[in-house]
Amino acid sequence: MESSKLNSIRSINSNELIDILNKLSKTEPIKKWDLGASCSKDHSVQVDKGEAKQLKGAQRCSITLRVWNKEGLVGTTSTTELNEKGLIKAFNAAYQASKYGNPDDVPDFSPLAKAKLPKLHKPVLPFKGLKELLKILRSAENDLLKQHPSIKTVPYNGLAETIFQRVYLNSEGAQREMKSSQASVYLYARAEEEGKKPRSSGAVRLAHGVEELEISSCIQEAASRTISHLIYQPIETGRYTICFKPDAFLELLGAFSSMFNARSVLDGISLSNINTLGTKISVPILSLYDNAIHPSNVSSCAFDGEGTPTRDLCIIKEGKLENFLHSEATARRFGVNPNGHAGLGSKVSVGVDWLVVKKNLNMQSENQQLNHKSYKDPFILIEGLNALHAGVKPSQGSFSLPFDGWLVNRGEKISIEAATVAGDIKEVLNNIIQIEEQQETTHQGISPHVWVDGLSITGEE
Amino acid sequence: MITAKNSLTETHQASEAFNVSWQASLEKLISRGLSSGADFVEIFLENTENIGLLAEQDTITNVNPSFSKGAGIRVFLNNRDGFVSTNDLSEKGLEEALDQALGMLGLEINKLSQSQFNGLNELHDYGNKKQNWLDNCPTLNESSQKLLFGTDKLAYHGKNLIVRRGSYSRSWQEVLIASSDGTFAKDIRLHQSIGLNVLASDKDHRASIGRRYGNSAIPKDLMNLNLDEAANDLCDSAQKMLYAEYVDAGQMPVVLANKFGGVIFHESCGHLLETTQIERGTTPFAEKINHQIAHKSVTAIDEGNTSGAFGSMSIDDEGMEPQKTLLIENGVLKSFISDRAGELRTGHKRTGSGRRQNYAFAPASRMRNTYISEGKYTPNELIESIDEGLYCKSMGGGSVGPTGQFNFSVEEGYLIKNGKLTLPVKGATLIGEAKQILPRISMCANDLDLAAGFCGSISGNIYVTVGQPHIKVDSITIGGR
Repeated sequence: MESSKLNSIRSINSNELIDILNKLSKTEPIKKWDLGASCSKDHSVQVDKGEAKQLKGAQRCSITLRVWNKEGLVGTTSTTELNEKGLIKAFNAAYQASKYGNPDDVPDFSPLAKAKLPKLHKPVLPFKGLKELLKILRSAENDLLKQHPSIKTVPYNGLAETIFQRVYLNSEGAQREMKSSQASVYLYARAEEEGKKPRSSGAVRLAHGVEELEISSCIQEAASRTISHLIYQPIETGRYTICFKPDAFLELLGAFSSMFNARSVLDGISLSNINTLGTKISVPILSLYDNAIHPSNVSSCAFDGEGTPTRDLCIIKEGKLENFLHSEATARRFGVNPNGHAGLGSKVSVGVDWLVVKKNLNMQSENQQLNHKSYKDPFILIEGLNALHAGVKPSQGSFSLPFDGWLVNRGEKISIEAATVAGDIKEVLNNIIQIEEQQETTHQGISPHVWVDGLSITGEE
Repeated sequence: MITAKNSLTETHQASEAFNVSWQASLEKLISRGLSSGADFVEIFLENTENIGLLAEQDTITNVNPSFSKGAGIRVFLNNRDGFVSTNDLSEKGLEEALDQALGMLGLEINKLSQSQFNGLNELHDYGNKKQNWLDNCPTLNESSQKLLFGTDKLAYHGKNLIVRRGSYSRSWQEVLIASSDGTFAKDIRLHQSIGLNVLASDKDHRASIGRRYGNSAIPKDLMNLNLDEAANDLCDSAQKMLYAEYVDAGQMPVVLANKFGGVIFHESCGHLLETTQIERGTTPFAEKINHQIAHKSVTAIDEGNTSGAFGSMSIDDEGMEPQKTLLIENGVLKSFISDRAGELRTGHKRTGSGRRQNYAFAPASRMRNTYISEGKYTPNELIESIDEGLYCKSMGGGSVGPTGQFNFSVEEGYLIKNGKLTLPVKGATLIGEAKQILPRISMCANDLDLAAGFCGSISGNIYVTVGQPHIKVDSITIGGR
């Protein structure tokens, strides 16, 4: 069973979809329609001390259908029933929903829905199959357990592979399609030593297929991170100089991405407004891009939910806000072209893809000598932020987040037992005192180490 | 309507309503699984019809209907399991999914061997009296009008509001569960919720605050919700929080309000009492049955029976009727929350707690309606017992890490000085570890109340209720500025 059908994926037949939807649109007073569809096949495994813990497989298809009624109002529906009956039901539901369409904010087809797409490296690598995945993950777990005697278990682990297809179609002839494969591994170890609290940390890797996954480096990183937290102590509550590791800084920026999101601006829930464009929002050494098509972005897609080509977009240039992220509707309101950040819906969502933080090399930072490898005075090195969904108030700008990190003094790193970091994103962006030159690629974007002055740290007594 | 002959993928037309007509094909699948050497086979079929509405200011801005059909097939061999989900409910599609699950466990399809399967029991139709639920739900027009009434009341009661939002969601789910122990059960579930949110702004001051109300099983109930009162309460909170100062960080006693204050117990302790945590080795309570793990004032329950509560159900996603599970009695740990896999792997008896977001997730031991029982004090007595501390009137979200540390944001907080509530404060986060905090819950008030919530974990996002009376924690770390 496993071998014969490994690489088969049920696929969406775009031409049949177009035929049926064109016919359906003539039976109801529908002016036009578009849709986004996806199909995927997944395998995933988890292990526990060498034993298979959970083995999962999935085959899924779904579409989101959008229709414009005679009055020009929009309605949407999503369904997993990709047969004729399911489509008729979805079509009727979308038509009913269109009667409640918002006349003040009507989305349209993207003017770029037929524009040339960027060429991306999107291979479809062969599936390994569950037996092979199990073998690889068992071996990875075993290797990780051997890294240090205190690492007793790897309670959170997983290896997954997926092949997926994405489609965008509209009634004016736009026809986008992409097929790709992806694999991921995560290993989170738990270390315990006599008389001490358990410590946990881990690592994640993404690639186009299992054979491209850097599993050895994932094991090494998970181990070194976990071990580095074994010697820990509480930290006194107070204000500290902070160095964010690339992952942590990207997490923080991502949590406040509504600052750059035109949908959030129009909805009044962003810290920015239309007049913020062109103004200084950070120190001038900071530049920020959203580069959906970066070669390291394994999840890249050449088009967004509305069929608009994705691209490398400058958000902050030398401290000034250059661009917002747009869908078709928000771009029209701002008098610009959409830039490839839309979902699909009657109220179209807008989101970030792949953030790239850069240092403006033409300017000197406030503290050129700051480098996380060599700085001698005490500082806090933040490795990762936790519970962002609970501790971030995007519309207020404030955050209060538990973190994993160390107090670093003269090169010696002591893990911090339990603490939170609190502040305001506007203050963070304007209190950056150093951006190191070396960029690091993570699974969620690219950033150097970024230093911020005077953030509040609360330690647990 | 037109008819087209071709399906759009290789998938096949799904069968119609889930009823006894499925019995023969499900029995055939189960027999196939058992004859191939599986110890246990379970098939979960699901059909959903959901809708979400959003009102912003005085306009409906988003209407999102969605439909889904799918199956989740789980096979056990010894204490291992393989799980496959699919959208393809045809006989061929289900057979392929089963074969894949069997293959995961190294089992070959054996068409010659006879299974010991005695067939499914007579269908237990828990959904029989719920057939009209979907039809009795508010229409699009009714729910739209209700939301617009809510946002209008926000405008009436509020000051400095730059965003007023109302949201409504309805989830209707039909499930059919068949397994090799004979279980054959159908149910219909209905969950509805209404949320109100505001963003207040004045110069550099900003405050965002929200409330959500939810229930299950009562189609028209939310239409009776008093949104005028809810809007008034929300606007009052927003106005107070708009000019609130950031709280100073430190260690202090806190009083947590009732209803959604129960999220702290849910996150910090409830998750650690799920058998999945024993399996992972991530709960400090694994060997603590009949041990004192909390202050003697704490008695805690998890159940799925309270009529209309968000976490209630007629059967869990493994076909078992939910139990009322006494978790902690006077501080002593009494039970874990267990599902089929949990019973198999940890020995803790099933409690009707096998739950999943949908067919794409394997069920896991999950909480339902979880709350701390009420005590003998009035809420004021708790506050009066504190010289300097924090009153957490409204909690935001929270999470618990792999080593048991938790954190919760406080949406609306007030300083306590000399036994009285004083200034509103914002930016507070409660930080701690269940093992340390449970013994510090020293007083429980007599005002137990429940609140609807969503819980995300190993088997997806599910509907739950959290709850408690006002409680006092003698000392906890407050993250602030």
